[in-house]
Amino acid sequence: MAVFRAIILALALAFPAVTLGAPTFPPLTGRVVDNAQLLSAEAEAKLTGELAALEKATGRQLVVATLPSLQGYEIEDYGYQLLRAWGIGRKAENDGVILIVAPNERAVRVEVGYGLEPVLTDALSSLIVQRSLLPAFREGRFEDGVVGGATELVKQLSLPDSEARALVAQAASQGASRPAKSGSSLPVIFAIIVVFLMLTGALRTFGARRTGAGLWWLASALLASSGRGGGGWSGGGGGFSGGGGSGGGGGASGRW
Amino acid sequence: MKTLTQHLARIAVLMIAPLALAACGINSIPTKEEKAKAQWAEVQNQYQRRSDLIPNLVATVKGYAAQESSVLIGVSEARAGAMQVKSDASITTDPAAFQRYAAAQNSLSVALAPMRVLQENYPDLKSNQNFMALQSQLEGTENRITISRRDYNEAVRDLNTTLRTFPQVFWAKTMYAASKPMELFQATASAQGAPTVDFAPAGAAPGAAPPEPK
Repeated sequence: MAVFRAIILALALAFPAVTLGAPTFPPLTGRVVDNAQLLSAEAEAKLTGELAALEKATGRQLVVATLPSLQGYEIEDYGYQLLRAWGIGRKAENDGVILIVAPNERAVRVEVGYGLEPVLTDALSSLIVQRSLLPAFREGRFEDGVVGGATELVKQLSLPDSEARALVAQAASQGASRPAKSGSSLPVIFAIIVVFLMLTGALRTFGARRTGAGLWWLASALLASSGRGGGGWSGGGGGFSGGGGSGGGGGASGRW
Repeated sequence: MKTLTQHLARIAVLMIAPLALAACGINSIPTKEEKAKAQWAEVQNQYQRRSDLIPNLVATVKGYAAQESSVLIGVSEARAGAMQVKSDASITTDPAAFQRYAAAQNSLSVALAPMRVLQENYPDLKSNQNFMALQSQLEGTENRITISRRDYNEAVRDLNTTLRTFPQVFWAKTMYAASKPMELFQATASAQGAPTVDFAPAGAAPGAAPPEPK
């Protein structure tokens, strides 16, 4: 009995030490993990579709996470560990990004994997945070901010390399002065069309070849459009999962 | 017949020996050592990046806040000091050299601390896009430094444990006698607490005006 009590005591003592040692991370339930309940079902579904399309077109994974608590950590400290724990991005490329929003800590961060640091530099991430996220958050319009910020990120991540680098250079040299709209919107529209064509093409070929696979794709497409469970693009299985990517603190944060 | 069995036995030994050696950790020391060295390169890389950002940042701030010259001189001198310290991988096994490097980089961190609050006092600076871009890059680099230091410490702790525990300790004393335990970064006061304005006098250069007595 004394031994039993000693074990209980030891466990009780050990557990706080464990929780202090490392943050715990919420499960990766999809491309949009809205644990802080900031998004409506429609917005979540729309975002999930956009993020799935981004991965389909470029292989890059972008995840939106809203967290009710950072467990006492700074968002920079929590963010890179979350990226590593979830393994966002492909393992070889490390091309994952998480948009983290912590409304209770009033902090937001764009956490960028190693492989995307040249495309989504600190200066550019900071611009997106300052321009698209913080103004909306200051007014309490969380959904607008998250959707707007994620759209900006998708835009930058979908650009071909040369254009992305041009924008990066612009961000580094003249900061928030807005990039020329006429020059950059045309390729974006083009990219969206290409993504759309690829998506529908993939659906059609799979549907034509095997009815089983066709049904599966249909089911996953329906799931994606209803915003539940992600698209199932990666991993080959059902739900969305990270590809094993890693990062070391790229990106930028903001507070409001 | 006897020679055949002898041959077979020899071949069997030759085939099993590498497996047996690998199983008792003969490879783990060089593997972990290389990993720790790679992490060191990352630390060095990030400190270098910070160092490269500073001249631009100082030049930009100078245009707006010339009266903060003591801060600027402090930063420039701390940077120059940090750049003179040897930083290649050999210092990771040399406690004195490692401490010198860590101390030089820490004093640069301390000197940079007042730069972070400078923008609050100079609204013009805050509206300067170039400054804001540089500032975000510096912030990102500081963040990467923290993370790369932590990753390095983790890799080194792993290596050092391997060097001292059975069975690898056997290889550490024989085959890899040249592999020494590597040094760890210690958390510093400036790294733990948020920077405060109180650092300003400490970061000022010796040549600058002494802090006013209270």
